[in-house]
Amino acid sequence: MSEASPLLNLSGVNTHIGPYHILQGVDLQVPRGALTMLLGRNGAGKTTTLRTIMGLWHASAGAVTFDGADITAWATPDIARAGIGYVPETMGIFADLTVRENLLLAARSGPIDEARLHWIFGLFPALEKFWSLAAGVLSGGQKQMLSIARAMIEPRKLFLIDEPTKGLAPAIIANMIAAFRELKKSPDTTILVVEQNFLFAKSLGDAVAVMDNGRVVHAGTMAALADDRDLQHRLLGLHLDQHQ
Amino acid sequence: MSLLGGVILSGNPPRGMALMLILLAILLGLAFAPVLFPGMEALNVAAKICYFVVLAASYDLLLGYTGIVSFAHTMFFGIGGYGAGIALYNLGPSWGALVLGTGAALVAAVALALVIGLFSLRVRAIFFAMITLAVASAFSVLASQLSTFTGGEDGRTFRLPEVLRPSFHFTAGPFTASGRILAYYFVFAASLVLFLLLLRVVNSPFGRVLQAIRDNEFRAEALGYRIVIYRSIGNCLAAAAAALAGVLSAVWLRYTGPAVTLSFDIMLDILLMVVIGGMGTLYGAVIGATIFVLAETYLQNVMAMISHATAGVPLLPVIFHPDRWLLWLGVLFVLSVYFFPLGIVGRLWRK
Amino acid sequence: MTARGASPIPLRHRDLLPVLLVPVVALAALPLVGSFSTWVTLTLAGLAMGMIIFIIASGLTLVFGLMDVLNFGHGAFISIGAYAAALLVPALAGFLHADSLFYNLIALLALIALAMVVTGVLGYAFERVIIMPVYGQHLKQILVTVGGLIVAEQILVAIFGPVQIPLTLPTAFRGSLVFGDVAIERYRLIAVVVGLLVFAIMLLVLNRTRVGLLIRAGVENSEMVEALGYHIRRLFIGVFMAGSALAGLGGVMWGFYRELLTPAMGMDVMVLAFIVVVIGGLGSVGGCFIGALLVAVVANYTGFLAPKLALVSNILLMALILLWRSRGLYPVAKR
Repeated sequence: MSEASPLLNLSGVNTHIGPYHILQGVDLQVPRGALTMLLGRNGAGKTTTLRTIMGLWHASAGAVTFDGADITAWATPDIARAGIGYVPETMGIFADLTVRENLLLAARSGPIDEARLHWIFGLFPALEKFWSLAAGVLSGGQKQMLSIARAMIEPRKLFLIDEPTKGLAPAIIANMIAAFRELKKSPDTTILVVEQNFLFAKSLGDAVAVMDNGRVVHAGTMAALADDRDLQHRLLGLHLDQHQ
Repeated sequence: MSLLGGVILSGNPPRGMALMLILLAILLGLAFAPVLFPGMEALNVAAKICYFVVLAASYDLLLGYTGIVSFAHTMFFGIGGYGAGIALYNLGPSWGALVLGTGAALVAAVALALVIGLFSLRVRAIFFAMITLAVASAFSVLASQLSTFTGGEDGRTFRLPEVLRPSFHFTAGPFTASGRILAYYFVFAASLVLFLLLLRVVNSPFGRVLQAIRDNEFRAEALGYRIVIYRSIGNCLAAAAAALAGVLSAVWLRYTGPAVTLSFDIMLDILLMVVIGGMGTLYGAVIGATIFVLAETYLQNVMAMISHATAGVPLLPVIFHPDRWLLWLGVLFVLSVYFFPLGIVGRLWRK
Repeated sequence: MTARGASPIPLRHRDLLPVLLVPVVALAALPLVGSFSTWVTLTLAGLAMGMIIFIIASGLTLVFGLMDVLNFGHGAFISIGAYAAALLVPALAGFLHADSLFYNLIALLALIALAMVVTGVLGYAFERVIIMPVYGQHLKQILVTVGGLIVAEQILVAIFGPVQIPLTLPTAFRGSLVFGDVAIERYRLIAVVVGLLVFAIMLLVLNRTRVGLLIRAGVENSEMVEALGYHIRRLFIGVFMAGSALAGLGGVMWGFYRELLTPAMGMDVMVLAFIVVVIGGLGSVGGCFIGALLVAVVANYTGFLAPKLALVSNILLMALILLWRSRGLYPVAKR
């Protein structure tokens, strides 16, 4: 793992949604230039963590630091402009806009860079095919690709991606893995991915953090976790243990 | 106290000394109006307060308890007024006619409320509010157009059963009361009973479910309550109460017509009453209606004085002109939405 | 690699059925009306009225679609725009009385400009003071904006008095162009042209500019637009001002159409505007356009064929359309 300071650092982050105390003191470091997998059961608070980083929900306590700046109280557009590309769980595709318009919107600094677009088409050919069609006609997998492509359309310091493989067919997941591997090749690309699919996580992750009950209960390298079956069962198969 | 609080007030007596005193004052003032405030004008004001309390309370049932925003509530008020009025006009001034008219009005009001209620399930709440606006204006136009039936723009004037006529005199020992006073007490008693009935409805298990639905529809549905049915019943009860308020207004005014029942101004009036008084409390409707009717009648005099006093200053006399009393109520209304979301009752209520 | 082979590109499903509604209704009315010249008059009156209602309703639907704000106070801007223009009329008397289309149009432009500036600025104030504190709370929005409407109307009455103020048409706008036995009223033609211009400009802005892109995306999912790095709340206020300015423009056109100003004129048109917004689909400018023309045209035909039914024809029309498409003609794909 890189010895430099983490690109993204959460310390003691608490988030309340209405009366519900979802995040109960999250400490998370996302190292530069690596892909960190955020794992955990349903309801552990993974999506809430990403949304809190993006400022869509505000932390009630604790601090979020990005590239040296304290972004805890920043407004979402400013956080995005600081260099974060966000791919939400619901994909956030604008169905009435065309594929082209979706990408154009994401390219904040003006027209779309041709070379970059070409690279994206290479990873996701369907987007080129449906270029002028309303994004609403795309299949689930294609929408997911569009959502990721939107984050990739410009260089970003950090990618926040929430459950990219949810509901996708295995063949498309293979496609997704290839795309992520390509993405990792870009220099200075830091990625934080929330995932439920452990095999997907294992094949791509450099670092891993596991959440449970609104806290990070384990952090380390993916390699170490992949080797330790006991640890896997303990962290990810908790409900299984209770039944034994 | 427990008899009063538990039975008559349906287990929901007003809490807080200030609130209790105010409501008591209103109750006593209305009960003894002919004695305390002699003269026809004062009695008119008192009667108006009575049936507007019922109308406002019925709207609070809809808005504050069932959580439905509707701009068509005056339709039901009009149905009640026209029901009684047309019956008394066409069938002659008898109690039978009044009962028949009231019955017909109730049936019509509940039926219409059912139709509207079912329709509201197909569309979102915002849609529904806008649609009720359109429906109400259409109804008002319809009433004006079917002039052979409704008397058109001019409405219908009619006579009341003999006991309630001004010429009637009732003597019991040293007391004499004209038919007018009897009519007033008819209106007052009926209004009181209706209000207490509404109080019972909102404090019954049914009423609690309504509030649960209003606060968290999702959870209520998850708990197994058929939202559709509860909302529809709430709708119908509110409509029925409004129709009865309309009957009372017809009995008092001896007149019914679009201007006094269906105009959008009246809709805005009861909206103001409920919000300023306090939504979802029923007692708020009492306070709101009282304030509003008193302001409508007497505030104008106060404003006329101020207007005269500021005669030399530009703009001020115009703004304080008595015709502009609605302006000030509108401002009060806007302020109360921001600062007193629970209305006056909310301020005074101690949990 | 995709699981299937090369899959065919799906045909872009253009939902054109609603577009046909207006021509179909118009043609259906022709045999019912009987006389061609009467039909032309009615249709043109409907189109003109429809354009004006579209101008007014478009602001309402955009504001709701984008900001999720239900502005019952929209009617106030209609009245204010008309009255603001009325203030300027004496100063432009020369231009308005001249029997020259050119001078009249210049005067009209000036009146419209003033109305739009006044209502735009007031729109800004209204949004910041009255609406912003209650973002996201629909019930309070309805209440507060209704309150604002009452207050605004009362202030108008306080300033101008409760009587109706006549607004005479500029000289060259009066009368009709006659072709055989068909008479086409000049002002109605002008209203149609103005309406089409406004529609065209709106479509252009929405479909060809970045701002338009933001608005269209924001109507669907404003949170995602923020996550893409745009301060969409700043856009909100701009759209609200534009909507209010459009209401002001509509007010001026409506004032000339009726040749009369009353303090309650905003309220009366607003009911129609709400019906149009509901029919068209909340947030859809195209739906609003079709809905407005439909409502106006149907109102004119029924006014001729069955006068007693005319004023409720809108409700019936709205009910029919909602039975067909329960969220309006072109509902926006909400998040």
